[in-house]
Amino acid sequence: MIQTITFYLFAALLILSAVFVIMARNPVHSVLWLIVCFFNAAALMILIGAEFIAMLLVIVYVGAVAVLFLFVVMMLDIDFAELRAGFVKNFPFGIILAIVLLAELVLGFGAYRAGGLDIGMADGTAAPIIGESNIESLGALLYGRYLFLFEAAGVVLLVAMVGAIVLTLRQRSEVRGQNIAHQIARRPEDATYNASPETGKGVRL
Amino acid sequence: MNDFSQSLQLIAAEEVLTVGGLILLLAAAWLGDRSSKAISIAAVAVLAICAFIAAPTLGEGLMGPETVAFGGQYTADAFAAFAKLLIYLSAAVALMVAPGFFDRHGAMRAEYPVLILFAVLGMNMMVAATDFLTLYIGLELNSLAAYVLAAFLRTDERSAEAGLKYFILGALASGIILFGMSLVYGFAGSTDFAAVRFVLSGPLSTGALFGLIFVLAGLAFKISAVPFHMWTPDVYEGAPTPVTTFFATAPKVAALALTMRVAFGPFGAQVDAWQQIVIFVALASIVVGALGAIGQANIKRLLAYSSINNIGFLLIGLAAATPQGASAMLVYLFIYVFMSVAGFVIVLMMRDADGQAIESIEDFAGLSRTRPGLAWALLAVMFSLAGIPPLFGFWGKFVVFQAAVSADLIMLAAIGIAASVIGAFYYIKIVKIAFFDEPVDRVAPVTQTSHKVILAVACIVISPLGYLLTPWLGSLADKAALALFLIV
Repeated sequence: MIQTITFYLFAALLILSAVFVIMARNPVHSVLWLIVCFFNAAALMILIGAEFIAMLLVIVYVGAVAVLFLFVVMMLDIDFAELRAGFVKNFPFGIILAIVLLAELVLGFGAYRAGGLDIGMADGTAAPIIGESNIESLGALLYGRYLFLFEAAGVVLLVAMVGAIVLTLRQRSEVRGQNIAHQIARRPEDATYNASPETGKGVRL
Repeated sequence: MNDFSQSLQLIAAEEVLTVGGLILLLAAAWLGDRSSKAISIAAVAVLAICAFIAAPTLGEGLMGPETVAFGGQYTADAFAAFAKLLIYLSAAVALMVAPGFFDRHGAMRAEYPVLILFAVLGMNMMVAATDFLTLYIGLELNSLAAYVLAAFLRTDERSAEAGLKYFILGALASGIILFGMSLVYGFAGSTDFAAVRFVLSGPLSTGALFGLIFVLAGLAFKISAVPFHMWTPDVYEGAPTPVTTFFATAPKVAALALTMRVAFGPFGAQVDAWQQIVIFVALASIVVGALGAIGQANIKRLLAYSSINNIGFLLIGLAAATPQGASAMLVYLFIYVFMSVAGFVIVLMMRDADGQAIESIEDFAGLSRTRPGLAWALLAVMFSLAGIPPLFGFWGKFVVFQAAVSADLIMLAAIGIAASVIGAFYYIKIVKIAFFDEPVDRVAPVTQTSHKVILAVACIVISPLGYLLTPWLGSLADKAALALFLIV
């Protein structure tokens, strides 16, 4: 009972916040509503016992993606009123797209209920550990059976990072960066001196 | 099945590559681009260590359960060792010819050898993969490094274009492979090659067939076989020449070895399902490679079509679907690596007095009178690529066709031989331009000793002297092919 109520609560909030994402006038508000949306989706994941996915949603989507969106929205000067101007013109296309998606959903569910697809049985290497949370099951797989691939995936990310730096970083001679060691090494006597200029002569700098 | 510590011993070459790459990356970060030559030398040393690790595996022809690491994800057998040795060799050449080229453009960076090392690591995983996950991660590691290498000459527009094209098409190919893998996983219930082979041994369901086709299509992208070859000429032309040398050799070896592993591993019980696809791709590659090359005026584009053509001949060995065919492919691959290296080193040596690269075929005119050494090397490479008998390139084609004939694919062999005659036209045309046309005398004398040494070694291998290698090469290739066909 309590589960059903919680499900409907979070599901309703999820849909409501999703509606606000597209209805909000201010794009920053849209992104904030999106974050609410992700949190509700994460709560739904916890309800079905997939706490790892729930955490991923919060960490990856809220922590990284939404913040990135926020940066983009705040840093780029996008005129959202102008973007919305095409809404009425594009409305029929939107409706068609929605119908296509709905038809796909209906077809998909129909095929699922017909149960005609003869797919393979999982070989059990990735079966969850009985009595453990799915985070522990995943961890046991990632750092046990798939350790080699996990480490290799780390190298893939490293290569991606090195590649991005190699292709974009360039030494600019005109930019003068801060050299802290240089600053600290500078003594007052190097930088200042006493001068007693004669009247009407001025100072040499 | 091996336990964890034994598994770690089996991946010794990968560990050396990873640790070496990381240390050199730190060196590159602290010492800067001035140290790039030293880092290149260190990277070659790392590759040499890896070769020493891999060589005994091939020599002893190791195979079977004691070579399987991490519960079937990785197999360090004789087949993997054969491919690895070829990859190390090609990567070492790409490292040795690079400083001369990039210094001239003022673009030698310390990250170049590091990226090559990580690409080699990815290729190592590809050739040793016995699980779809290892396959994909290895492929991605290799591809990511390759995209960056293609765009390495940042100031050159063509290089940036090559990098972008390669990236987009490569990402598309990765997507296709992933889609195929997910279908295979869905219908087989496992990503392990042996388990997939076991499940898919009966009649093939439509879904699994789709998976098989998508995986093969994605791999065809990576080996640049027709009809997925479109990126090759543009990328080969635009990428810096040392990088093109690398692309034409090491990743080709890795992707072909991977294709063999996939064809004979998880889909080994479904030869009927993929044989006709491979036959079509092989013939299309031979014909398109031969016809496409005819109109080319740029030597790098021409060599790109030549590599497409060669992939077609290699796939004839795959279409045979026998250990003999696989062994023939490995022999051909060995010869192909030396031919490609020699071809691209010649391109690297073609420079005018100002140090500008000469890539137009017209400028080769009369090379035999102005630079006879280079002209004779060019003749050896072109005749070898065309498969004209006294040269070693003939032997590769011969063993491949022999395998096809003994697998009753006589039509395939006949069409292949006919198409290789078309291919011979443009190879001989280059020789004609170099030997019989009026000299234009643009090519300046070569100063780099390293280029000369590499070219001399490669030319000796592809010369008729190469036939002395055949018994040794044949026995190694047979051992490797046996390991590939062993059903665990």
